[in-house]
Amino acid sequence: MNIGVYVIPSALLLIIANAMLKRLPVFELFLQGARQGIGAVFKIMPSILALVCAVSMLRSSGLLDFLIGLVSPILQPLGFPPELFPLALLRPVSGSGALAVLDDIYKSCGVDSFIGRAASVMMGSTETTFYAIAIYYGSVGISKTRHTVPCALAADFTGMAMAVLSTRLLGG
Amino acid sequence: MAYLSSAIKNLLKIGDFMMNYIWSGIIVLSILYSLFTGGSGALTNSVMDGAKSALALIAATAGMMCFWSGIMRIAQCGGITKAIARLFHPALKRLMPEIADDDELCGAVSMNISANLLGLGNAATPLGLEAMRLMNKGLGRRTASNSMVVFVVLNTASIQLVPTTIAALRSENGSCDPMGITLNVWLCSIAALVVGISLAKIFERGGGAA
Repeated sequence: MNIGVYVIPSALLLIIANAMLKRLPVFELFLQGARQGIGAVFKIMPSILALVCAVSMLRSSGLLDFLIGLVSPILQPLGFPPELFPLALLRPVSGSGALAVLDDIYKSCGVDSFIGRAASVMMGSTETTFYAIAIYYGSVGISKTRHTVPCALAADFTGMAMAVLSTRLLGG
Repeated sequence: MAYLSSAIKNLLKIGDFMMNYIWSGIIVLSILYSLFTGGSGALTNSVMDGAKSALALIAATAGMMCFWSGIMRIAQCGGITKAIARLFHPALKRLMPEIADDDELCGAVSMNISANLLGLGNAATPLGLEAMRLMNKGLGRRTASNSMVVFVVLNTASIQLVPTTIAALRSENGSCDPMGITLNVWLCSIAALVVGISLAKIFERGGGAA
C-alpha cells in the first residue's frame, strides 16, 4: 500500500534520465532551480514566523483547547476529530497559518497518530482557496465570481472529510 | 509581465488585509483569554517557543523545497511539464469548451495544471494568471465565465503528485514514514476535484451562461 516510498525515487530517475538523454546541463539547471527555491523560502519566512508564534500563544493560553472543546460536541458524533477543526478553518485562508497549525498538531497529537496522519492528508489535498480566488479573478478585474466560492468550498469540504475517512479506512 | 507583477502585488495587499484581522485576532484573544483564566505567565514563554519552532519548521522544509525546485527546474527544461500538459489537453477542452479554439489559451491552461501537479507553485501562478488574461482578452468582462469558474476551481483543488513540504515537516517531527500519506492525498484531491467540477457543471446548467 505504500506508494510513497516509490514516488520520489522513480520521479527523480525519470526526470534526470530524461534530461541526460536530451543532453541538458543537469547540474547547472538544478542549481538554478534550488536558488529560486531559496528565494521562495525567504519570502514565506516572515509570515511563517508570525503565524507559528500566534498559534503557539493560542495553544499555551488554553484558548485553542477551549475552542476545540466548544466544537467537539458537534464534530465528535460526525467522526471528525475536533483537533483538526482549527486546521480546517485556517487552511482556505492562509497557507502559512495552516502550516503553523499542522506543526502544532504534530507536536501535540503525534505525527504518526491518527490525527497527525489525517491532518497531513488534509493539508496535502486542499489549497489556499480564498487566496487563489482573489489572485486569479483580481488579476483580470472580475468582481462577480458567480458559483466559484460555493464550488471551491465544496471541493475543500470534500477533501477534508475524505482526509479523515481515508485515513480511517486505509490507515494512511 | 510587468502588468502581472503589479496585479499580484495589489492582490497580496488584499490578502494581507485579511490576515491583519486573523493574526491580530489570534494574539489578542489568546492574551485576553489567558488573563481571564489566570494563565498569562505561560504566554511569554510561548512566544519564545513559537519563534524557536518557527525557525525549526523553516529549517525542516527549506532543504526539501530547494532540492525539489532544483529537480523541477530540470523537469521543466527537459519538457516534462509540456508532456504532462499535452496529456491533459483533451480532458481540459471538454471541461472548458470555450477554450478549445484558442491554442495559446489552451496551452496556458494545461501548463498551469501540469505545473500544479508537479508542485511548481512559482511557475503555476504566472501561467494561471496568463490563462485568465487570455480568457478575458477583448471581452473586458466583470462577471466570471463558465470556463473561468472551472479553471479557478481546478486551481483551488490542485492535485500534487509529491507532497514534499508536508513530508519534510513530518520527517522533522520524527515520523517513521513521512511519505506514507501520498496515496491518501491523491485520493482526497481527486474526490475534492470531482465534487468541485461536478458542482460547477450543475450550476452552469441551472444558471445558464453568463
